[in-house]
Amino acid sequence: MKIWMGLVALSAVVAIAAGCGGNSSQSGPLTVYSGREEELVKPLLEQFERTAGIKVDVRYGDSAELAATIAEEGGNSPADVFFAQDPGSLGAVEAQLAELPQATLDRVAERFRDSGGRWVGTSGRARVIAYNTDALGEEQVPDSVFDLTDPVWKGKIGIAPTNASFQAFVTAMRLSAGDEKTRQWLVDLKRNDPKTYEKNTPIVEAVAAGEIEIGLVNHYYLYLVKAERPDAPVANHFLAPGDPGALVSVAGVGVLATSDRQDDARKLVDFLLSDDGQRFYGESAEEAEYPLVAGIPARNGLPPLDRLEGPNVDLGSFGGELEKTLELLRRTGYLS
Amino acid sequence: MSRGAGGRRPPLPLALAAGAAVVLLLLPLAYLLIRVASGGGRAVDLLWDTGTLRLAGRTVLLVGGVVAATIAVSVPTAWLVTRTDLPGRRLWSAAAALPLVIPSYVAALCLLGLFGEKGLLQQALGIERLPDPTGYGGALAALTLSTYPYVFLLTRSALRDLDPGQEEAARSLGVGRAGVFVRVTLPSVRPAISLGALLVALYTLSDFGVVSLMRYDALTRAIYLHYRSLFDRTPAAVLSLVLVALTAVALVVERRVRTRGRVHRTSPGAARRAAPVPLGRWKVAALAWCAIVTGAFLALPAFVLGFWLERAIVDDRALELPWAQALSSLAASALAAAWAVAAAVPVAVLALRYPSRGSRTLERLSFAGNALPGLVIALSLVFFAARYAAPVYQTLALLVFAYVTRFFPQALSGVESALHRVDPRVEEAARGLGRGWLSTLVTVTVPLARSGFLAGGALVFLSAMKELPATLLLRPIGFETLATEIWTLTQVGAYSRAALPSLVLIAVSAPVLYLVFADRRPGAHGG
Repeated sequence: MKIWMGLVALSAVVAIAAGCGGNSSQSGPLTVYSGREEELVKPLLEQFERTAGIKVDVRYGDSAELAATIAEEGGNSPADVFFAQDPGSLGAVEAQLAELPQATLDRVAERFRDSGGRWVGTSGRARVIAYNTDALGEEQVPDSVFDLTDPVWKGKIGIAPTNASFQAFVTAMRLSAGDEKTRQWLVDLKRNDPKTYEKNTPIVEAVAAGEIEIGLVNHYYLYLVKAERPDAPVANHFLAPGDPGALVSVAGVGVLATSDRQDDARKLVDFLLSDDGQRFYGESAEEAEYPLVAGIPARNGLPPLDRLEGPNVDLGSFGGELEKTLELLRRTGYLS
Repeated sequence: MSRGAGGRRPPLPLALAAGAAVVLLLLPLAYLLIRVASGGGRAVDLLWDTGTLRLAGRTVLLVGGVVAATIAVSVPTAWLVTRTDLPGRRLWSAAAALPLVIPSYVAALCLLGLFGEKGLLQQALGIERLPDPTGYGGALAALTLSTYPYVFLLTRSALRDLDPGQEEAARSLGVGRAGVFVRVTLPSVRPAISLGALLVALYTLSDFGVVSLMRYDALTRAIYLHYRSLFDRTPAAVLSLVLVALTAVALVVERRVRTRGRVHRTSPGAARRAAPVPLGRWKVAALAWCAIVTGAFLALPAFVLGFWLERAIVDDRALELPWAQALSSLAASALAAAWAVAAAVPVAVLALRYPSRGSRTLERLSFAGNALPGLVIALSLVFFAARYAAPVYQTLALLVFAYVTRFFPQALSGVESALHRVDPRVEEAARGLGRGWLSTLVTVTVPLARSGFLAGGALVFLSAMKELPATLLLRPIGFETLATEIWTLTQVGAYSRAALPSLVLIAVSAPVLYLVFADRRPGAHGG
């Protein structure tokens, strides 16, 4: 009982002390909300701290949950920078982001940034088909997602319909091939009994395990699974140019309009787009995304980015299109 | 006005304290109402959508299944370890409570690792196909595994404290052993069972980790999906309110069950222990039962985690003992436990010692937010704190507050079950001798109910140790707990490295469980 009362008393003291300390953002560290995984980007942000001499506090979480948090915080958000995994999360809080300088935006090609200039892509993530190398030769893997409705793939496909990356791909299909053709594809694919997973990593693991033969995923999950199991029999197949399944999406960054650290926040954005910041993606052991700045080589063994021609779509509109995509996925029975 | 201890007007400070606690606990509900109101008439359409009804149906199906399974597992086990001459009772008793320290998402990961296609079991046995561990069955198994100790612990302590006089009287009137169990023992511990079942139901309603890993479409999974759609928060709020409505149903059912015959012990300190029932030729079967229960619920997860850890060591992965994370987890959880009990005392005292429609309503209202998933509670606190309490936003204080909001009923269950067993006449005697209500509470009630307070606090502590969704959004920046560490590693599929923090979480929680719930009373191993 004494312990109990002691704890209550102690915590009151701690609370008061914390209140006095305050967390005024004026002089404190730069606050980053990161939907990108700590295991992957922590070294990159530490490199920024060292070179810029600016301390960074990072709140790691799920991109969509952090976007929802920023939305609920409204004008009082403590965040200065939002580093997100997908254009959808950035688009969702677009109204709360400040416009970035043209010079910053121009570091990457137009297809990898918001047309309104509120956020900019920092790394590229290509949609691929991961396939089991024991079961299939690469020439047997389809070059278009539209071929996946062929009955030969019945029960052999893995997808993650609740995951942002799959939803971005469906949005790309809607915007490039039209709503009706996308709906038909979803209905036809359903007849092939695809296995559903929560995220990309379990799909690649299931492909490696032979549970399924092919999976619709982003290209870099392969390297995470290989890091855990180097001999896993799984590889990536890149799809034909223009196919919705060849979409190159981005992880990106934006600066909160309410931040009183605009200069430091922009320094971070500029660092992420600097040659040094971009080289990280080609050199890091586990991070195998595409650098977006021209002239910076991607990880060994990846086809060059300029040869990956996804459908002609505006990533900046993905946030606004997500609701319709989810509605379509719901109507076709992919979501509850 | 009701009879007995009731009828008196509660002291104003007590009523105010209870009222303030409940108002704070209702913040998530207030947030949902704001969100639904801002959605306008669409909310009503969403509510009657067939999809919503189907989700609610599937959720009820899961809750019903988990509650039934936890009772089926817990009650026989609790009876065996308290009332029979089962060999090694104390050991079984401790082992059966232990799964409480295993986070349900870790339990689910272990089940998948074991039974999944090309999982450990398939590799070991060389069998081509095992039953699919996902879906309803998988969710049921993982949730039963990690929640049955709620029913087990409450039932065990009720059985242990049961006055054997009634049973002996029934025996002397010629009722057989089975008859005594059904007609006397079971009704006496029914309040404990139903309270445990309520905690299980609330946990199942609010769980996201398991239903997501097992791919079972329950309301929480849909709520998360809606939050991911980002632009419109109305549907998620509507579905969350459906969860609140289901909580209300669970509370009504529980109340019906619990109040059919209330039991007070007359002499809290002096009851005898019941003579143990000799198991005779049933001993082997009883031992087998205990071995299966603890084997399935304890040994299997431990085996999978051990296997992953071994793989990490063999592969020479960067492994560091997460001391700082363990310390953070301990600090935040201990604070949450203390504050939850502190908040539960006025609510429980008011409801049990000054029963009136008002005090009972207040008590029931305190449950309103508890079936809500952690994400919803976290976002509601983000909403209020960022707007109206900026100095505490993203501090430890708010995180602790979130834990208290999420796990309040666990504290309340401990405090209430202890108060149930303190005879109000003892308190009335103290009042009659001139003590004030506060003095009576501190010098008479609290000492008599101490073990229940500790038990309630310990339940909150163990839950807070495992909490993830609210921790992610509300923790101070850089504040890493064991749960967030496990999340960070499983995010990138590094299961072998996630095994170590999982085992540390289990290792630091287990002593608390043992210290508070161990069967240590002198009579415990008499026989």
